[in-house]
Amino acid sequence: MQASILLPRCIAGPLAQGLAALTLVVLVSGGFAAAADGAAARNERLRQRLADGVLRWGGDAEGGAPFQLRDPKDPGRVIGFEVELADALADVLSHKLGIPIVAEFVQYEWSTLGLGLLESRDFDCIISGFEITPKRREEMRFIRPYYIYAEQLVVRADDERIHGLDDCLDKSVGTLNGTAADRTLEERGVRHIVRFDGQVEPYLDLEAGRLDAVLLDTPIVLYYASVNPKLKNAGPPFGRGEYGIALRPDDEDLAEALDDALVELVRNGRLLSILRRWHLWNADQVALALSPDRETQLRGLGFDADGRPRPEAELPPVDPVDIHVIADSARSWTFPQYAPLLLKAACMTVFLTLCSMAVAVVIALPVCLARLYGPPPVPWLALAYVEFFRGIPLLLLLFVLYFGFSSFGLQMPAVATAIVGFGLNYAAYEAEVYRSAILSVPVGQWDAGRALGMTEATTFRRIILPQALQTALGPMTNDFVALFKDTSLVSVIAVPELTKEYLILSRSSLKFLELGLLTAVLYLCMSVPLGYLSRYLEHRFKSAR
Amino acid sequence: MMAQTESEPLISVTGLVKRYGDRRVLDSVSLSIGQRETVALIGPSGSGKSTLLRCINGLTAWEGGEIRVGPHRLQAAGTPGPNGAPSRQVRRLLGMVFQDFQLFPHLSAADNVGEAPRQVLGLDRAAARSRAAELLERVGMASYAASYPYQLSGGQKQRVAIARALAMQPQGLLCDEITSALDPELKHEVLSVLEDLKRDGMTLVLVTHEMGFARRAADRVVVLAEGRVIEEGPPRQVLDAPRSDRTRQFLSRVLS
Ligand SMILES: Nc1ncnc2c1ncn2[C@@H]1O[C@H](COP(=O)(O)OP(=O)(O)OP(=O)(O)O)[C@@H](O)[C@H]1O
Ligand SMILES: [Mg+2]
Repeated sequence: MQASILLPRCIAGPLAQGLAALTLVVLVSGGFAAAADGAAARNERLRQRLADGVLRWGGDAEGGAPFQLRDPKDPGRVIGFEVELADALADVLSHKLGIPIVAEFVQYEWSTLGLGLLESRDFDCIISGFEITPKRREEMRFIRPYYIYAEQLVVRADDERIHGLDDCLDKSVGTLNGTAADRTLEERGVRHIVRFDGQVEPYLDLEAGRLDAVLLDTPIVLYYASVNPKLKNAGPPFGRGEYGIALRPDDEDLAEALDDALVELVRNGRLLSILRRWHLWNADQVALALSPDRETQLRGLGFDADGRPRPEAELPPVDPVDIHVIADSARSWTFPQYAPLLLKAACMTVFLTLCSMAVAVVIALPVCLARLYGPPPVPWLALAYVEFFRGIPLLLLLFVLYFGFSSFGLQMPAVATAIVGFGLNYAAYEAEVYRSAILSVPVGQWDAGRALGMTEATTFRRIILPQALQTALGPMTNDFVALFKDTSLVSVIAVPELTKEYLILSRSSLKFLELGLLTAVLYLCMSVPLGYLSRYLEHRFKSAR
Repeated sequence: MMAQTESEPLISVTGLVKRYGDRRVLDSVSLSIGQRETVALIGPSGSGKSTLLRCINGLTAWEGGEIRVGPHRLQAAGTPGPNGAPSRQVRRLLGMVFQDFQLFPHLSAADNVGEAPRQVLGLDRAAARSRAAELLERVGMASYAASYPYQLSGGQKQRVAIARALAMQPQGLLCDEITSALDPELKHEVLSVLEDLKRDGMTLVLVTHEMGFARRAADRVVVLAEGRVIEEGPPRQVLDAPRSDRTRQFLSRVLS
């Protein structure tokens, strides 16, 4: 739980930091010349590091408001307070290094962000409501936090039984899988924890009466619960924690530079205006002000020297985001706006399926031939291939291929990985389809070919294989249909396909049904014609026998 | 045109032994078939007729004895193997027609006939086409060149199968009960094709239960029982005045 690492800072923080600041000033002034030299060298290294002018940050637009979500005015764009933060950081970096740098959002699966950063190195840092935890600190390099969140219990508006977590120990409480709130519930001994992958579903279930309460981070509560009149907060927020930007441990130069850039945003009030714009600013944010120049930071964050929030009127004006941004999306997104996005994702799905099937169909033939006609150890190996790839879950295979191999420096683009993974997996199935199709060709056909003076190879190629393929086409088409749906798994390695796009769009707008229907229609457009083809082929070749 | 007069036999089988497990399916069979000769191979079910034909063109390996076809010599299993080059050379001399046709279902009648000449003899598409057309004409199937096997009757299929075997320009044909799957009217069309082939000088080895046809068309009848040749001679002698009791017994059962 983050609260435990944060508490000392909240309570004893101001004092300790004051002392630390003093010591630091002394130290720094001594080594100033050396530091300036070091800084110049570091900036030079950074200019090379960021030579392509892009700071890639990983997140998941499925995470929704206020972190990253699709723009209510244009569902093809990603907005959110973290998007603005990343842009602001890139600005500062750019200014300091004197080269153009833009922040680029890399759409990822929230649950694999860590792997994407450390193993496949798909982006430079994670900015995605990513809580700083002791365990993550062991693997990643966090810079100073950019937001202090708390956890908030939400219940139905008419619920009079629950006023805090203590009233929930024997109740059903929903939360997001693998978050700090999840761990809080576990530590508090809540008996019935229901874990979700999206932040919308717990509230839907709460409304429907399937849950008694939902515990989630305050920013989520703000955008998904507080705007819903059927829900209310139960008790005050508690269990504070930090969202941090995580980098690879070996990327120290960039980490330091981003840390400096974030301090800059704290000092100059830009972080404050981002947070205020997104209604996230509150008294807790005082903990973001750290030594050495804590007072400047406090001012920049909208607090007075004693850490008290300054009145709104004294703060510079901001252009606030509509807190009903989700409802806004739901209202303003029209078919012509989101259909092209789904269609584009569907193209990826079709592309993946076609390529994977092509790979599978090609690999399957040698595997099948080895299994049927190879000399002694070979059929055994081919069988091992088939059993292995049929036996392991596709998800595991994709994970190992993408994240596992990249740690050996064997790096493949995500789409290529997906195609190889599906290809290898489906080749195992197709090899068996071929095998039974080949065995279903009557032995007499071999005799007939041989009796005409053809070699074994020619007989196989010209007589047996064409017939076997005709038999195999039906089952293969069925597998093809299954593959269309299986491709939805590739979002774990950040390939933007149809199901993922649906989840992102629907979590940014709550148009689960409407978008779901369109998505279903798109899947059906792919699978139904194939089903027809399969039945047609089966029928045609059956009558030809 | 009595073929026996020609010096070199086309096929000569000496001491052929074939076992399935412990059973001797062919028990020291010796047989010689001359150029242009028509031999009817008859005998009770399970006597080894099909096995003998399959041995002759190397589709089955055997344990003892040897088979010569023209200049080629096939030996017992172990030495060249039934799929090796020698058996392929033998197959160039001897075509084979099966009881159940075994036409290639994915190819049209013309392609069934033309496939082997293209793949084995290296004919180009046009040459194979014209050879196929010529042979289909010869078996009376010219108008079915584009038909697929499933569109043909049994007799038509068998005639295409004969044309297919002829396409490799063999000197002889091995026919294993090629009319037994056919209705009586259809048998006739296939048998008349065989008579034409005989007239043109094709060597024919016919496993058959058509005694009437054997009598009319065969130069010689060979009776196989329990894997042995028990009697052979001109049809009139073997069929009308068999010397062996076993033959007589078999004939009475077939002819009744
Ligand atoms: N693949 C095989 N495995 C084991 N035994 C076999 C095999 N093929 C044939 N046989 C046996 O060999 C013997 C001879 O069979 P074959 O087919 O040559 O007889 P046939 O004279 O052609 O009979 P039919 O007139 O019924 O066709 C039979 O007893 C049969 O059971
Ligand atoms: Mg037989």
